Amino acid sequence: MTDITATSAGSAASPGRSLLALLEAAGPLIALILLMLIGTAMSDSFLGAENLSNVFTRSAIIGIIAVGATFVITAGGLDLSVGSLSALVAGMTIMFMNAAAATLGDGWPLVAAGIAFSLAIGAFAGFVNGFMIVKGRVEAFIVTLGAMGIFRSVITWLADGGSISLDFSLRDAARPIYYGQVLGIAVPIIVLAVIAVIGELTLRRMRFGRHVAAIGSNRHVAFYSAIPVNRVRILTYVIQGLCVAVATVIYVPRLGAATPSTGLMWELEAIAAVIIGGTALSGGFGRIWGTIVGVLILGFISNILNLTGFISPYLNGAFQGAIIIIAVLLQRDRSQG
Amino acid sequence: MSLLSFREVAKSYGVVPVLKGIDLAVEPGEVLALVGENGAGKSTLMRIAAGLAPASAGTMLFSGAPAPVTLHEAERAGIVMVHQEFCLAPHLTVAENVFLGRELTRGLFTDRKAMETKARALLAELGSAAPVRARLRDLPVSDWQMIELAKAFARQPRLILMDEPTAVLSATEAGNLFARIRAFREAGGSVIFTSHRLDEVKAIADRVAVLRDGQIVRVEATSAISEDAMAEAMVGRPLAEIYPPRRGAAPRKAFLSVAGLCAPGTVEDASLDIREGEVLGISGLVGSGRTELFEALLGLRPASCRSFVLRGRERRLPGAREAWALKLAYLTEDRKGKGLLLGKSLDQNVALTSGAIAGAAWIDRRAERRDLEAAVGRYDIRAGRLDVTAGALSGGNQQKVLIAKTLGVEPDLIVFDEPTRGVDIGAKQQIYEIIAGLAGQGKAIVVISSEMQEIVGLSDRVLVMRRGRIAGELSGEAISENDIIRFAMGLEEKGPQEEASP
Repeated sequence: MTDITATSAGSAASPGRSLLALLEAAGPLIALILLMLIGTAMSDSFLGAENLSNVFTRSAIIGIIAVGATFVITAGGLDLSVGSLSALVAGMTIMFMNAAAATLGDGWPLVAAGIAFSLAIGAFAGFVNGFMIVKGRVEAFIVTLGAMGIFRSVITWLADGGSISLDFSLRDAARPIYYGQVLGIAVPIIVLAVIAVIGELTLRRMRFGRHVAAIGSNRHVAFYSAIPVNRVRILTYVIQGLCVAVATVIYVPRLGAATPSTGLMWELEAIAAVIIGGTALSGGFGRIWGTIVGVLILGFISNILNLTGFISPYLNGAFQGAIIIIAVLLQRDRSQG
Repeated sequence: MSLLSFREVAKSYGVVPVLKGIDLAVEPGEVLALVGENGAGKSTLMRIAAGLAPASAGTMLFSGAPAPVTLHEAERAGIVMVHQEFCLAPHLTVAENVFLGRELTRGLFTDRKAMETKARALLAELGSAAPVRARLRDLPVSDWQMIELAKAFARQPRLILMDEPTAVLSATEAGNLFARIRAFREAGGSVIFTSHRLDEVKAIADRVAVLRDGQIVRVEATSAISEDAMAEAMVGRPLAEIYPPRRGAAPRKAFLSVAGLCAPGTVEDASLDIREGEVLGISGLVGSGRTELFEALLGLRPASCRSFVLRGRERRLPGAREAWALKLAYLTEDRKGKGLLLGKSLDQNVALTSGAIAGAAWIDRRAERRDLEAAVGRYDIRAGRLDVTAGALSGGNQQKVLIAKTLGVEPDLIVFDEPTRGVDIGAKQQIYEIIAGLAGQGKAIVVISSEMQEIVGLSDRVLVMRRGRIAGELSGEAISENDIIRFAMGLEEKGPQEEASP
């Protein structure tokens, strides 16, 4: 039902149907290619290396978060707190680094400690979310909606309504994480690529990924099949927390500060990317490559609006919203057909 | 003139033919039974009649005019279908459900009082006293079936289609339903129903049509055909003795002994031995705690016990994953809800449990494929193609996949919970052979079943449950349906000879 490869195989009896199945499977990719053709037609600078690199780099942050969201959603869960968590992790990490600079200096040991610190917070927050949902048996929607409010308000309180800035003396050390390049490719793109490949392999080829999909597909069947359901479900939220932390580590050097509006609406973009990519909203089937394509679709739409000035970039959110609805609409037709 | 007639009706999904040239008619005031193995096309034929699926070819006439082709037209023409799966709204009241979609109104508002009165009357006709103001979700499943039936009768139909209407009903409830069907027939209504239970067919139907591989192979007046003849027509060959030969009685070593097992609210103070090489049958009424007893034993629900001795060694009750690792397997009665991932491929399903217990972190897809091919051969899984989803298979073949999945962990104790529910007679026989074969290898086997004949035919020893307790034990030649029923109904305890009976 939700498993695309399986349905297409199950109904591949007639050539018309198998073509349809192929279209469904490759849908997001086709949409991305169409979008890029439109972009090329509307702006000369669209296909330039600088513009593409720019879009990829900006998409990397949402992309990394969306990889985690793919795990959560495939397991039948939902995490609305990612944007707020990102703001909280950013703020606390900056405070930690500012405070630790006295003992660790302003070189790479401080940066490494900062990264470790933010990963720890991200993983912990994810664990608490997962624990409440699984052991406390509260709806994921409710728990993460609550967490979203709590994280956002704590960072606002920590920042006293203003912003928490990384000390200027430390910015040079952190800078390469966002602005650096390896073999001419920006660091955030490399990090995204590595995480996406690991995520795809985990979800598709590893026992853990199989269990994630099984739980999203039918939690009772998973339990009766000796799958450690609780552990796997909690772990998906921990993975989500870790992904948020990694994304935040990349984001912090870009602005050097955290404010109450950091990461605002990121949860919407991340979930949108996952759904556009073909992961089933109700769980049971997920694909990371689809999610990455989804992130790029969102990134290019906003980029095209910015480049052309044809339609106001302020309408970006409207486009995103419409695309999410269309993606789910297509998904619904698939599950019924 | 026939009420509904099919002429050369065919249906195929893609290039797969499901029904081929069906010629069949139901007369006014007639009860027609459709029987056949799983996948023979019974449900598809019903769906076409109900306007839920269009036929690919052929014509259908209803009272001489072209038959309705959509659900709404069918309902307006007086054809209603009672589904195997419930189509009810759990949060609405019983009365609201009975009149769902055609509420009685007074002016602008629904007439609650009239609906409740009428719903009560409709349910009473079915022998049900379900409270009409109660929310559906608070009622047991057998009530749901009655409400579904009341809903059908409330539409004042001319033809009712019932797909396995008695699957979840007790004998008394089924009897009430049959009385209602007879009254409906007297009033000129027609019924087409499917059932796996040939004794019911014999009892209630005027005529029976046997379907095999999408074709009608035999239509007879029920009085002119025996149950055995029906079964043979379904399978297409004479049926040998359906149960495997009994193994000789031999002293058998206890594999697992449990004393004083309790699960809150469902099982009280149960003590039993499960022995190597023996089939232990578990009987009892629905709700007597049969499933719960073994779920408690295998860590699938919270429980406590005085002692748990496995392979001669005392230990505590295992958790769910622990039980699997100890080679104690439970094959669920709820194939769709707890057994198989219907949307996933066959090889994934077969590998699920064994992979979760002892699989490497990295999945070896070729090995999974090989395991599936081996299982297909060993358990005679008929799938056509191996890359389909589990949901695409018929009930009997799904059950064989579930067996392959469960036995994939190479367990020493296997609890088969309703192993042949919703399975056709050919597959049933194969499953019995698998069970007997396992016992022959020295595995400890438990079979939980509501089918009395199955318990009597398969078991070396029988435990009968009643109200969460083990009410009696029978073994060897002493196993009889009569005694099982007496224990299950509590007649043994109430009798004056209570003190004398062992």
